[in-house]
Order: sequence, then structure tokens, then C-alpha cells
Amino acid sequence: MRDFILKRVAALILPFICMYGLYVIFHGHVSPGGSFAGGIIVGLSFIAFATIYGLEKGRAKLPETVLNWTESYGTLWYGIMGMVGIVKGAPFLANKLAGVSLGAPGALSSGGLISLIGLGVGIRVASTMVTLFFTMMEEEP
Amino acid sequence: MSILYFTATDYRIMVLLLILVAASLALYFIKDLLHAVIVYGAYSLTMALIWLQMNTPDLAITEAAAGICMTVLMMVVIFRTSRREE
Repeated sequence: MRDFILKRVAALILPFICMYGLYVIFHGHVSPGGSFAGGIIVGLSFIAFATIYGLEKGRAKLPETVLNWTESYGTLWYGIMGMVGIVKGAPFLANKLAGVSLGAPGALSSGGLISLIGLGVGIRVASTMVTLFFTMMEEEP
Repeated sequence: MSILYFTATDYRIMVLLLILVAASLALYFIKDLLHAVIVYGAYSLTMALIWLQMNTPDLAITEAAAGICMTVLMMVVIFRTSRREE
């Protein structure tokens, strides 16, 4: 019962922190922020969960295999999105040259592939941070 | 003469830089690690406000996420395993 208030407040706030991180990732090209900052915020919500509720519950949310898969395939997703340009006959990571339609300026869809690339980078950053913290927290006596 | 041409943003940055210097000096003299981590959070918050005054909200978000939350949480997790006094 000692940290009842902490646990209740964390249960209320942490989903919104995770949602805000995804917002920062997807709006990386039209507003301040980007995939690195958004990925850190997403990872931070899981790290704070594991710090407050204990490592076992954090491990139950994000098992080792899920972290391995997201960490590896986030990078692979970046490569796949870069190969779209080569398949279309344009340079690597080409966006408009590859024929991806850019919508109205300022809209969320005006970035073409950038949102999808940022999603891969953000997932990669978040899972790296979570892996780092879980490894460090396991070492405590 | 040139002091007449300072804008309001310049004065705000000057005040924030003074707080930054004070926080850095305090970090050097504090012996307790928990207090040092808290002062480091204040340092990062001041740095984020300076980035905001310099019209780079991009760096301000990164500083707030990586500097304040990530580093402070990392330090807390690390010195849970080690001794607290320096």
C-alpha cells in the first residue's frame, strides 16, 4: 500500500505518454520532434512501468522475444522502405522521385514514406532503450 | 552602445545561462548521488528552456526526453545497485 498513489497515477498517465510518443513519431515531418525523440518517449513509458510495478510485470508486457524481434525488424523495415526507391528505378531512399504521391503541404500525409521510415526508427530506438534498462535492472542484488 | 540592441529573448537566455552555470557548479560540489541526479534534472530542464528560446523546439523535445527522463531514470537504476555516497 506504500506506493498506491504512484501506481494509480502511473496507470492513468502512462498510456497517454505512449500515445504522445507515437504522435511525435508520426508527425516528425510537420511538427517539432522526430523518430528519435518519439522513440525515446515510447520506450520511456515502458521503462517507467517496469520501474514502478517491478521488473516481472514489465517483462510480462514486453518479453525478450518481442524486444529481439522489434529491435531487428525495425532496422530491416528502414532498409525495405529504402529499397522502394531502387525498385522504382530511383536512388536509395528516394521519396518523390520514386513516384510516392505527396499530399497537401502541412498535412500528415505530406511526407510520403517519411512517416513509415520514422516508425521503423522509432520502434528500433524504443526497443533498444527498453532492452538496455531491463538488462541493467536485472543486475540489482 | 550595443547593449541597447538586446531583445527580450536575449535577456531570457542570459538568466537561463546563469541558472545553468549555477547548476553545473552545484553538480561539482554535491557529494550525495541522489541529490546530484536531481540537480542534473534541473540542469537539463534549463537546457531545454534555452533550446526553446533559441527557436529549436526539436532539440528541446529531445533534451527533455533524453536528458531529463532517460538520464535520471538510468542514474536511479544504476545507483540502486551501487553504494550511494561518492
